Amino acid sequence: MRLAWVLAAFAALVGLLAAGLTRNPREVPSPLIGKPAPAFQLPQLHAPEKRFAQKDMLGKAWVLNVWASWCPPCLVEHPVVTALAKSGLAPVVGLNYKDRREDALPWLKRNGDPYQLSVADADGRIAMDYGVYGVPETYVIDRRGTIRYKHIGPLTPEVVRDKVEPLLKELARAL
Amino acid sequence: MRSSLVALALAAGAALAQDAALEKRVMGLAHELRCLVCQNQTIADSSAPLAVDLRNQIREQLARGASEREVREFMVARYGDFVLYKPPLKATTLALWFGPFLLLAAGALLLWRRLARRRAPAPPLSEAERARAARLLE
Repeated sequence: MRLAWVLAAFAALVGLLAAGLTRNPREVPSPLIGKPAPAFQLPQLHAPEKRFAQKDMLGKAWVLNVWASWCPPCLVEHPVVTALAKSGLAPVVGLNYKDRREDALPWLKRNGDPYQLSVADADGRIAMDYGVYGVPETYVIDRRGTIRYKHIGPLTPEVVRDKVEPLLKELARAL
Repeated sequence: MRSSLVALALAAGAALAQDAALEKRVMGLAHELRCLVCQNQTIADSSAPLAVDLRNQIREQLARGASEREVREFMVARYGDFVLYKPPLKATTLALWFGPFLLLAAGALLLWRRLARRRAPAPPLSEAERARAARLLE
């Protein structure tokens, strides 16, 4: 009887720790989900004399992808971002984070440019408003300008298939 | 000429003292905030670029006259409660705050019951047991 108690307590502990192991401590839940996307107006990477603001996208769902030429995981996720942009589900806008134009433009030329456009956040100030702490990060923003989803780290085909695409389809239906 | 030099020195000294006070407040806050890149360091201890940015952000806000509380709220609005080394007390963190005390109390209860049982005198032997013990001892 006593042995049963000890075993039960041990099993409970194992269960708790096993559940803890399946969670990724790097994925901090963003407090920004369900909140309006922080306002910004930044120079465009390709045409610095032109500016782009988050409110230019009001009326359609879109994807904001934070990337940098100095960030290896960004290169890893690049084919996935490219596929997502090609699917035509939603425009993908790049936020070029703490990068230099002379590095960023060749990077896009080398690896392909899936973005409708990229904006340059040279000092990372706007990224701070979005709670970015590790590039790459990806946001899905609905047509009202509300952040609906955030993914930290490189996008994987699974995340796109299971999370991003269903959400974008749902947002398109809601129109 | 001399008096203006003295005034200049005094002003510089005052500015330095002000800077030192500001820096103390910046570091005080930085010690409470988690560096999200490294996670087990505060942004005061970390030299990750994000930690440097956040320290600058704190300095800027404090210099602008923001209170410690306002800076903390700025960080929580962006990075969530996780950024605070001392998590706030609310419904979702009750287990975090009081769980250890609950476990301690449960352990103390168990120990107390166990010791109480040990202290209780053993029940006296029956006649038959006594006889059997005597046989065994022979």
